[in-house]
Amino acid sequence: MSEVKKIATRESYGNALREYAEEYPNLVVLDADLAGATKTGIFKAAYPDRFFDCGIAEGNMMAIAAGLAATGMIPFASTFAMFAAGRAYEQVRNSIGYPHMNVKIGATHAGLSVGEDGASHQCLEDLALMRVIPGMTVMNPADDIEAKAAVKAALDYVGPVYIRFGRLAVPVIHDADYKFEIGKGEILREGKDVTIVATGLEVEPALIAAENLKNDGVDAEVINICTIKPIDEELLIASAKKTGKVVTVEEHSVIGGLGGAVAEVLSEKMPTPMKRIGVYDTFGESGPALEVLHKYELDGEGVYKQIKAYLGK
Amino acid sequence: MDNKELMRIANEVRKGVIVGTHSAKSGHPGGSLSAADLYTYLYFEEMNIDPKNPFDPDRDRFVLSKGHTCPGLYSVMAQRGYFDPEELKTLRHVGSRLQGHPSMHYLPGIDMSSGSLGQGVSVATGMALSAKLQKKDWRVYTLLGDGECEEGEVWEAAMFAGAKKLDNLVVVVDNNNLQIDGTVEEVNNPYPLDEKFKAFNFHVINIDGHDFNQIRAAFKEARETKGMPTAIIMKTVKGKGVSFMENQVGWHGKAPNDEQFEVAMKDLERIGETL
Repeated sequence: MSEVKKIATRESYGNALREYAEEYPNLVVLDADLAGATKTGIFKAAYPDRFFDCGIAEGNMMAIAAGLAATGMIPFASTFAMFAAGRAYEQVRNSIGYPHMNVKIGATHAGLSVGEDGASHQCLEDLALMRVIPGMTVMNPADDIEAKAAVKAALDYVGPVYIRFGRLAVPVIHDADYKFEIGKGEILREGKDVTIVATGLEVEPALIAAENLKNDGVDAEVINICTIKPIDEELLIASAKKTGKVVTVEEHSVIGGLGGAVAEVLSEKMPTPMKRIGVYDTFGESGPALEVLHKYELDGEGVYKQIKAYLGK
Repeated sequence: MDNKELMRIANEVRKGVIVGTHSAKSGHPGGSLSAADLYTYLYFEEMNIDPKNPFDPDRDRFVLSKGHTCPGLYSVMAQRGYFDPEELKTLRHVGSRLQGHPSMHYLPGIDMSSGSLGQGVSVATGMALSAKLQKKDWRVYTLLGDGECEEGEVWEAAMFAGAKKLDNLVVVVDNNNLQIDGTVEEVNNPYPLDEKFKAFNFHVINIDGHDFNQIRAAFKEARETKGMPTAIIMKTVKGKGVSFMENQVGWHGKAPNDEQFEVAMKDLERIGETL
């Protein structure tokens, strides 16, 4: 069996910035002393005159980005998700969201898969925080192909965008000719017994779980939701109608992220029994990323176990 | 424009502050009045702007970092011809373009929505960087409160502007010495402001913010300053021009009632007659 190609979406992010720099001459990149980690360093090496290190001052960086956008530039402001969505929340809300600035926020090192750095750096709340800002587009790509496509889509869209990237290398599940569109979900596997809606790094565990569920006589549908906001309501409603049971899977708090967004849609438009899989209102902890994900039952095995228990199998 | 004319306009700007906040029954007259001379100089002398073409990409930019003193900004914009001064009476009313803190999507001529203290100076810094990147010679101005300088973000922005040598940026601090809870020393002493900006690699000019000769000279000096941003620390009187508001901490965020409105307008009429 050939080795599956794995790449961290933060790497895809850095590569995409470099790749699109020529096509988008107004694209500039800001970072807060983390260019090596966020991979904006890839852009910096190629376009040093279009890269600005703001130092360890994330709130200022977001408002600097707003000033650049207000005067015609397309800034990508990058730091870890904890500091982009957390520390700089109010700058993002008031100086980017409220004036609907054309700022793109590239937030890396999201979720438990930060690993060893532990809870202070494992942001499990960013999707919730960003989703609640009016007019903010929120994306959480699943692999290299989707991450690059999300960067391109963000460049073509006028308005604030938050894109979540991961530190951990993840398998490439999309083909090179994948057609990505902001706001459109994707059925990765058709089924009729249960819908598994996953996002970002949890798409692969969702697919593994679906494969295992086959042996239990469960035919699971798997949907990849990259755009958390605006979410693909039509796709979710149609699938919920078909299967009658919905499970969401995310590397984020079960409060306010993908699970929250799906529950909001379905409870109003297609009430359907649901199980939200994620981090259950707790902080993370240190450890190698894969071990932490295993402990929190967010690897393929853990997700399968949780869905099986929910279905009473 | 000579100083006499600027003083006449500034007096009209002050009247607009009183009219607006009186009609709103809320708002921030104190810091609007202290900055009225500065607003007047910026909008009538210093900035390259055209009220008929508020979205001109090559215009100078102004970010009101101390966004709560927008009654003064709206009033000077009305005087400058952006809109009819009658509209000042809609301040803070539902449906008004004159929001409680400036919003660029409501009112053409507002270059940035602001109001959350500390953020405007960062945005202005980003704009100054943008002009450099685009090799444009438009300049960027921002006005901060002295109490606002307690926000850490002010110094994050100052560090960036100094480090990147943004000599197209002018940061003005309205040093009226009063904030909501008392004098700035009492609350959390941000002094010395001039030495702090110097330490952040700014060219610093101290002036009397009610003396148009000094204001004029400071902005000229700022234009001539290369390789570093300029900070103008201007000493002002909070509530300037209205007898019972001058140097009174209580007039930070309170509107005049009907009786006070009459007294304030009479004060300003009297000043007008001397000009």
